[in-house]
Amino acid sequence: MTIAAGYNFGYLDEATKRMIRRAILKAVAIPGHQVPFGSREMPLPYGWGTGGIQVTASVIGPDDVLKVIDQGADDTTNAVSIRRFFAKVAGVATTGRTAEATLIQTRHRIPETPLREGQILVYQVPMPEPLFRLEPRVAETQRMHALADYGLMHVKLYEDIARYGHVAISYNYPVMVNRRYLMAPSPIPAFDNPKMDRMPALQLFGAGREKRIYAVPPHTEVRSLDFEDHPFVPIRADAACSLCGSRDTYLDEIVTDDRGGRRFICSDTDWCASRREEGR
Amino acid sequence: MSTAGAPLLEAEGLTLRFGAIPALEEVALSIWPGEVVAIVGESGSGKTTLLRVLSGLVRPERGTVRYHGADGAVRDVHGMAESRRRLLHRTEWGFVHQNPRDGLRMGVSAGGNVGERLMAVGARHYGSIRAEAAAWLRRVEIDPARMDEVPTRFSGGMQQRLQIARTLVTRPRLVFMDEPTGGLDVSVQARLLDMLRGLVADLDLAVLIVTHDIAAARLLAHRMLVMRHGRVVEQGLTDRVLDDPQHPYTQLLVSSVLAA
Ligand SMILES: Nc1ncnc2c1ncn2[C@@H]1O[C@H](COP(=O)(O)OP(=O)(O)O)[C@@H](O)[C@H]1O
Ligand SMILES: [Mg+2]
Repeated sequence: MTIAAGYNFGYLDEATKRMIRRAILKAVAIPGHQVPFGSREMPLPYGWGTGGIQVTASVIGPDDVLKVIDQGADDTTNAVSIRRFFAKVAGVATTGRTAEATLIQTRHRIPETPLREGQILVYQVPMPEPLFRLEPRVAETQRMHALADYGLMHVKLYEDIARYGHVAISYNYPVMVNRRYLMAPSPIPAFDNPKMDRMPALQLFGAGREKRIYAVPPHTEVRSLDFEDHPFVPIRADAACSLCGSRDTYLDEIVTDDRGGRRFICSDTDWCASRREEGR
Repeated sequence: MSTAGAPLLEAEGLTLRFGAIPALEEVALSIWPGEVVAIVGESGSGKTTLLRVLSGLVRPERGTVRYHGADGAVRDVHGMAESRRRLLHRTEWGFVHQNPRDGLRMGVSAGGNVGERLMAVGARHYGSIRAEAAAWLRRVEIDPARMDEVPTRFSGGMQQRLQIARTLVTRPRLVFMDEPTGGLDVSVQARLLDMLRGLVADLDLAVLIVTHDIAAARLLAHRMLVMRHGRVVEQGLTDRVLDDPQHPYTQLLVSSVLAA
């Protein structure tokens, strides 16, 4: 594997990588706690996963096999450009296969294939603060985290149940990590939340614009907030994938014509393709 | 009420200046379990500042405040960790603000407002939280059928009663009230005072209540303190202070009420 001329391995200079790794180590030591870091300018606009890219750039090694997904798919513009970027600046092998990857950068999904020990899942995070809609003062949210004072988040859940009969959060559903820190899982569907719980792989979260890194070490408890009498329910469309027939994966709804026709297919393209290959 | 045993809260030598303004000068006071103490005085005499210093929200330049916790330990309010002070504020203490907007979440339903303190101390059963909130709304004479409405739709008196329910739901031992009837119509004030008197007796609360309403102090308080320019100029049993005021300023205060 070769690196394009003029680039340091992984694009970032070594001092920056060391700084980010220190933030990552601290984040791993305090599961769910947001660690500030000196976010760098990246050759991509914010919103394209600059936080995730910096985390990936700091942990990637020459032997890594990289997978990049956006909304479950490997072939979207965002996923393709991030994959090409690392092929160019780190010379690493890339793959679409979850099982073959050692490092997976993701936006908005957790792969359906269970992750294993030794893999690292890097999330792109637009807004790391789970309380920001409820409490706009940053100093106050920091105090709430310091004191584990999360009654306000439960008030939000209470209000949803009082108004709609259920918790009306379908993405970025708040979780408690290791029974201590309230954490935003990034805008993954609530359906994916249970996959975070005691996952054998290391989960790293990078927020570029907000300059925060946080982590869930392997085998750590991650609980979706709920009430005893209104337990958390991971919701999915009540349908089967029209390609592979799966009934237990997260589905995207596709409009098929202009007469209201629609069908559902797996959001995780690698999973869906593998299932179809096995079926053959 | 009993003044036997140890005081709940004890302050000594509290002094705080804002620039040249002496907001508090050598203030000392004690309050015992189940006792209602009124703090009266004209506007700007330091009443709000005193409540904020006593409850640990503002640090004095000099002086100490000690709290006798439910666990039996006596702690320095300004020396304890912030986490413990915050815990006190949502468990053993309550604070009722003059303006209900300062004590309520205006974007959260009445039920959610009352339920917040329960959830903050770990309640995780939606049905029980809701039942408890409904019971408290009834207790402060708000129709539980309105528990899913936000307080912006309530009258001033209802908002204040909601704030009181939200504060009392976790059964605090000591409640700080800053002019709780302040911005209300006279007839609404009277109703709120009656309700407060009932709650205080039922729950055996200790209350430090700031008011410039001498009649409210007479109705609610066992003892009263008269403040002027940051100093306590007179204190004693409410009836004694009002019927036989010793300090010229108290005499003026009482006579101006009688004249009005
Ligand atoms: N944060 C502050 N900064 C400057 N001056 C203040 C502040 N808070 C109160 N004061 C002043 O301290 C004095 C006492 O205020 P306060 O305790 O609010 O009186 P009260 O509640 O009796 O009306 C007043 O002169 C007031 O203007
Ligand atoms: Mg005041």
